[in-house]
Amino acid sequence: MQIKRTIKYEADRVRGFSKEIMSVSGCEQLQSCIQCGTCSGTCPLSIYMDFSPRQVMAMVRADFKNEVLTSTTIWLCASCYACTVECPRKIRITDIMYALKQRAIQEGIYPRRFPIPVLAREFSEMVRRKGRITETLLVMRLFLKANWRAVFASWRQGLGLIRTGRFVLRHERIERRAELDAMLATVGDGKAGGKEAS
Amino acid sequence: MKYSYFPGCSLKGLGRAYEESLLPVMKHLGVELVELDDWNCCGATAYMSVDEAQAAVLAARNLAIAEQTGPQDLLTPCSACYLVLNKTQHNITDFPDIKTAVHRALGTARMTYSGKTNVRHPLDVLVHDVGLDVIKEKVVRPLKGLKVAPYYGCQVVRPYSTFDDDWNPTTMDQLLATLGAEVIHYPLKTKCCGGSLTGTVPEAGLRLTYILLKEAARRGADVVATICPLCQFNLDAYHDQIERRWGPARVPTVYFTQLMGLAFGFPPRQLGLQRNFVPMKELPTERVAG
Amino acid sequence: MNSNGNNGDLRIGFYICHCGHNIAGVVDCPAVAQHIAKLPGVVVSRDYKYMCSDPGQELIAQDIREHRLNRVVVASCSPLLHEHTFRNAVAAGGLNPFFFQMVNIREHDSWVHTDVGAATAKAKALAQAAIRRVRFHRALEMTRVPIHPDVLVVGGGITGIHAALTMANGGKKVFLVEREPSIGGHMAKFDKTFPTLDCAACILTPKMSAVRAHENITLWTYSDVVKVEGYVGNYTVTVRRKPRYVKEDLCVGCQECIAACVFKEPKFPDEFNVGLGKRKPIYIPFPQAVPQVVLVDPERCIQVRTGKCKQTCLEACADRQALDFTQKEQLVEIKVGNIILATGFKLFDAKRIPQYGYGLYPNVVTSLELERLVTSSGPTGGEIVLKDGRHPKSVGFILCVGSRDMKTNRWCSRTCCMHSMKLAQLVREHTGADATVFYMDIRAPGKGCEEFYDKSLKEGIQFVRGRVAEVTDWALAPEEEGKLVIRVEDTLAGFVRRIPVDMIVLAVGMEPHADAQEVRRLFNMSCGTEGWFLEKHPKLAPVSTFTDGVFIAGCCQGPKDIPDSIAQAGAAAAEAMALIDKGYIEQEPNTANVMEEHCSGCKSCIPLCPFTAISFDAPSQKARINEALCKGCGTCVAACPSGSIRQNLFEDEEIFGEIEGVLADA
Repeated sequence: MQIKRTIKYEADRVRGFSKEIMSVSGCEQLQSCIQCGTCSGTCPLSIYMDFSPRQVMAMVRADFKNEVLTSTTIWLCASCYACTVECPRKIRITDIMYALKQRAIQEGIYPRRFPIPVLAREFSEMVRRKGRITETLLVMRLFLKANWRAVFASWRQGLGLIRTGRFVLRHERIERRAELDAMLATVGDGKAGGKEAS
Repeated sequence: MKYSYFPGCSLKGLGRAYEESLLPVMKHLGVELVELDDWNCCGATAYMSVDEAQAAVLAARNLAIAEQTGPQDLLTPCSACYLVLNKTQHNITDFPDIKTAVHRALGTARMTYSGKTNVRHPLDVLVHDVGLDVIKEKVVRPLKGLKVAPYYGCQVVRPYSTFDDDWNPTTMDQLLATLGAEVIHYPLKTKCCGGSLTGTVPEAGLRLTYILLKEAARRGADVVATICPLCQFNLDAYHDQIERRWGPARVPTVYFTQLMGLAFGFPPRQLGLQRNFVPMKELPTERVAG
Repeated sequence: MNSNGNNGDLRIGFYICHCGHNIAGVVDCPAVAQHIAKLPGVVVSRDYKYMCSDPGQELIAQDIREHRLNRVVVASCSPLLHEHTFRNAVAAGGLNPFFFQMVNIREHDSWVHTDVGAATAKAKALAQAAIRRVRFHRALEMTRVPIHPDVLVVGGGITGIHAALTMANGGKKVFLVEREPSIGGHMAKFDKTFPTLDCAACILTPKMSAVRAHENITLWTYSDVVKVEGYVGNYTVTVRRKPRYVKEDLCVGCQECIAACVFKEPKFPDEFNVGLGKRKPIYIPFPQAVPQVVLVDPERCIQVRTGKCKQTCLEACADRQALDFTQKEQLVEIKVGNIILATGFKLFDAKRIPQYGYGLYPNVVTSLELERLVTSSGPTGGEIVLKDGRHPKSVGFILCVGSRDMKTNRWCSRTCCMHSMKLAQLVREHTGADATVFYMDIRAPGKGCEEFYDKSLKEGIQFVRGRVAEVTDWALAPEEEGKLVIRVEDTLAGFVRRIPVDMIVLAVGMEPHADAQEVRRLFNMSCGTEGWFLEKHPKLAPVSTFTDGVFIAGCCQGPKDIPDSIAQAGAAAAEAMALIDKGYIEQEPNTANVMEEHCSGCKSCIPLCPFTAISFDAPSQKARINEALCKGCGTCVAACPSGSIRQNLFEDEEIFGEIEGVLADA
C-alpha cells in the first residue's frame, strides 16, 4: 500500500496563470464558474481523465499551472463542445482546453511519445509544408514518432483500407504554398509547436 | 443554385466516399458546386491545439478566397471543417486581436476579408434551400423498410450550428424520412464518436464508438447514417478492435448522401458504398412507377 | 420681482454650514459667508457648525423674525437629506417655506474636491447662483390629494388573501379580484408546507373562508382588471367579470350538475391538477374552492359551443335554477384609493431544457406535478405512481431547473431547495423509495430550514453535489435497464456517476407571469430587468413602487416562500392603510402647469409625459396637466413649442438667475 502526501502550498501556484488563460479571447467567463460539475457530467471522456474538466477549471482559476499542464485532461478533450453548450455560466471550456494544449506544447510539457500532442504537431507541420493533409501519410508518421509497434497491431485495418480504396497515398498539396507560408509567418513564432520534453 | 465547395482533406482521402456520393446527388438536384480554388487544410482540432492565431489564419485564407471568387455560400460537408470555418468567422468578428492578426496575414498576399462568406452544411442546403419537396420528387426507390439511426456527431451541431438544435437536431431525420426510410429514435445522435482519440487512446475513444454502435444495434437499426468523415471512419473501420475489447457491435455506417443516392436510383458503386468495411445490406430492387 | 411684503425689497438670509469637518475641512466657510454678505439683497450672512441641528434651525427662524427676512438660502448638504428640515425651519419663522433654496456644497463640492482654493471658489459661485435664483421664488403650497378609503387587491393567492384580510380587519373596504375561478393560488395545490410540514389546505382554507365571509371584502373571482385610470387616492378601475354561466349567489356548490353532465366521464385536462387529472366541462376547480361555485368551460361545453345539448345540468339544478347559459361578460367600474398587486408567479417550462427529458420520458415530472401526486385529494389519491401504475423504488430530484442558468433564468428561485427536500421526505414517507437530491448548493436560510435539511439527511435522503448533465434511457449496465439514468459528476466524491432511477422530479424555477409586461403597463408600473415587478428600493421599500398608491407583494416582486409573502402582504397593507388613515397625500408643488392663453392645442406635450399626466381638453382645445400625476420631470416644459408650460420651482427666471450667478465671477 503506497502512502502519498499531497498538499499544495502557495509556492505551488504560478501567479498570473489564470489571468493569462482568461485573457485568451472568449475565455474571460471562467471568472464566473460556480463549480457545478455540468461540464464533467456531460463530457464523454471525463471518466478517463485524471482531473475532471471542472477540477481543471478550478485549478486554472487558482493558478495551479503545472498541475493543469501535466494532466491527461487537456489531451483527452475531444473537442465535442458538449461542455461549452451546457455550461450554465456560458464558459467556453473547450476553448480553454485549447489554450492549455497550446501552452503545454509551447513549453514542451508532455511525455515524449504521447501520441496526441505528437499528432497535433505532425499535423500542423504537414499543413505548413503542403497546405493539406494526406491522412495515411500522417498516420504513418505518427506511428513512427509515437508508437511504431502500433503499425503491426493495425495491419488488418491497413489492409482493409487498401481493399476499399481508402488508402490514398497521393500527396495532397496546394499550389500557392509560398503564399500560405508568408501568411503563417506573420503570426506566432512562425514555427509549429515547441520543443519536446524528454 | 450555385455554391462554392470546400471538400477538406478527408474527403480526398479516407472519406472519399462522402464526396463520391455528394457530388452526383447535388448535381441531380440541380445544385452546382464549384470547388474552392487552391483551398488549404482548415486545421481541424489539431492545429488549434498548437497555435490559435495561425489556426485562424489557416481557416481565414479559405474564407477570403471564397469571398473573392464567389459564390459566397461555401458548402462544407466535413464536420471539423464546418466547425473551424464557422469558429474563425465568429472569432474574426468578435475578437479584435484575431481580426488584426488575420488581416495582417491576408495582407501579405494582398487579400482581404470582410466577413461575407457563409459557411453552409449540406444538410442545411438540402433541407432549407433545395427543399424536401424537391428531394421527394427525385426519389425513385424509397428506402422502405430500412431502419436508419440518424447520427449527427458533435461538431456540426455544437456550438455554431445555425440551422438545427444542438441537443435534438432533426434536419437529417426529416431528410431520411423523405427518402422513405424508417428513422428510429436514437438519443445518442449527438454524442461524440471519440474523434481522433480512437487512434491515439483507443481504450477511451473506441469505447465511445462502441457505445454508439451497440445502442444503434439494440434499437434495431439496419444502418447508421452519418454526416462526418471521421465519424464514418470510426464507426466503420474499427469493428474488429471493438469486438475484441468489449463485444460485437456490427452496424454498417454510411453517409446520408449515399442513402440519398440509393433513393435516387444511383448504383451503389457510383456512391462509394463498396468502400465500407462493414457493407450495407442490399436494398430490394423495386422502383416506383414513373 | 416678487417678494413677501416690504415694498418688494429683497431681504435674503444666507447660511453656510460647516457640517463639522465635512465641509469646513475643504471649503473656507467664513470666506464664503463674507463674500455673500456683500451681494445686493443679502441682509444676513452666517456660517455655522451644524445648520441642521436644533439651534441651527432656530437660528433661521429667529433671523426671519428679527431681520424680517423674506428669502433664505442654506449652503450645506444634499437637498435629499435636509431640504425638508430647512423648509420647516423657514415655516417655523413665519415665512412661506418655498422662499427657501438649498445649495449642495458637500456632495457637489467638499466631498469631491481636495484643492481648498478651488473648492471655496466653487462654493462661492454656487451660493451666488442660489442668491440670484431665490429672488424669483414665489409663495407655493404643498398640494393635498384626498385618498379614497377603498382598496383593490389584484391576485387571490396567499399574499392577496392576507393583504385583503389585514385591511378588511382594519375596517377598510377591499375588492379582491382573482382571475382563476377560485382563490388560493399556488398554495392551494400544495400538500404540506416546509419546514413545519403543516398541511397547506388546513392553514389556507380558514383564511379563504374568512375572505368569503368578511363583510368588508368584495370577492370577484374569474375576473380580471382591464383598465386603470387615475392617480393615487383616486383610481377608477374597470374589472371584467367573466361568465361562469352560473349565478354565483344562487349556487350552493352541491355539484349535482356536474354529476348530471352529459359527459359521463371526465375527459378534459384538469388545470388545478396541472394536467394530471381530468374534469368535465362543468366543474369546480377543487373541493375547497372559494367561492364554492361551479363554472362552465365555454370551450368544452357543448351547450355554449353549439347550443344543442340536452342540458341535464339545468334539470339537476331545477329547484335553485342557478345555471344560466345566457350570461355574458360584465364590465364593472370601481373607485379605489390604493391598489395592491399580488399576482404571484408561474413555473419554468421544463421542456426548454431537453437534456432532462421532460415531455420525452413519461416518468420525468415537475415539482408541482409531484405535489399533486402526493396530495391525498389529488388525481391519484396520494399514491405516488409511475405512468404504468407501479410505485417508484428510486426517485431523483434535480435542482435548479431553469434557475441560476445564464441560458434560461439567471436568478435563484429561492424556494426549490426546501421544496425538493420536502418532497423527498414525503416520497420516502409514502413509498419508502430511495431519494437522491442533485444540487449545486443547498439554500435553506429561513427559520427552521437548516434543521429541515438536517432532518432530510437523517432520514436517509442522499445528496449528490453536481448539476445533472443529462437524463437518458439507454443502459450501460444491467441495473440500468428500463430505468432513467442520470449522468452527473459527484463533485464532492470526485467521480462521475451514472445513477438509474424510476422517476425524476425537476425542481422548476419561478418566473414572472407571461403577461407581466402587459399587467405592469396597465397599472403604470415598471418591471425590473428580469421581469419581476419593480420595487421602489430593493432594501428600504420592497413593497412600494414608483407609482404612488400602487403596491406589490409576494412572488410578483421576486421569488420567495410563504412566510416572506405574508410578511410583504402585511407590509403592503400597512402602507396602504397609512395613506388611507391619513386621508390625504401631500405632494411637492414642483408641478408643471399650462398657461392656457398661450397654448395652441398642438398636443406635442401629451405623448411625451412619462406619467400620462397631460390630457387634452376637447371643449377648450387646450392641454391640461393633472397636478396629482405630475412628477415635475420638466419634459413638457422643455418641449412646448410656444413655451406655454411652466414649472413651479423651475421657472425660466430662476434657472437663468442660477446660471448668471455661477458665471458672475468667472
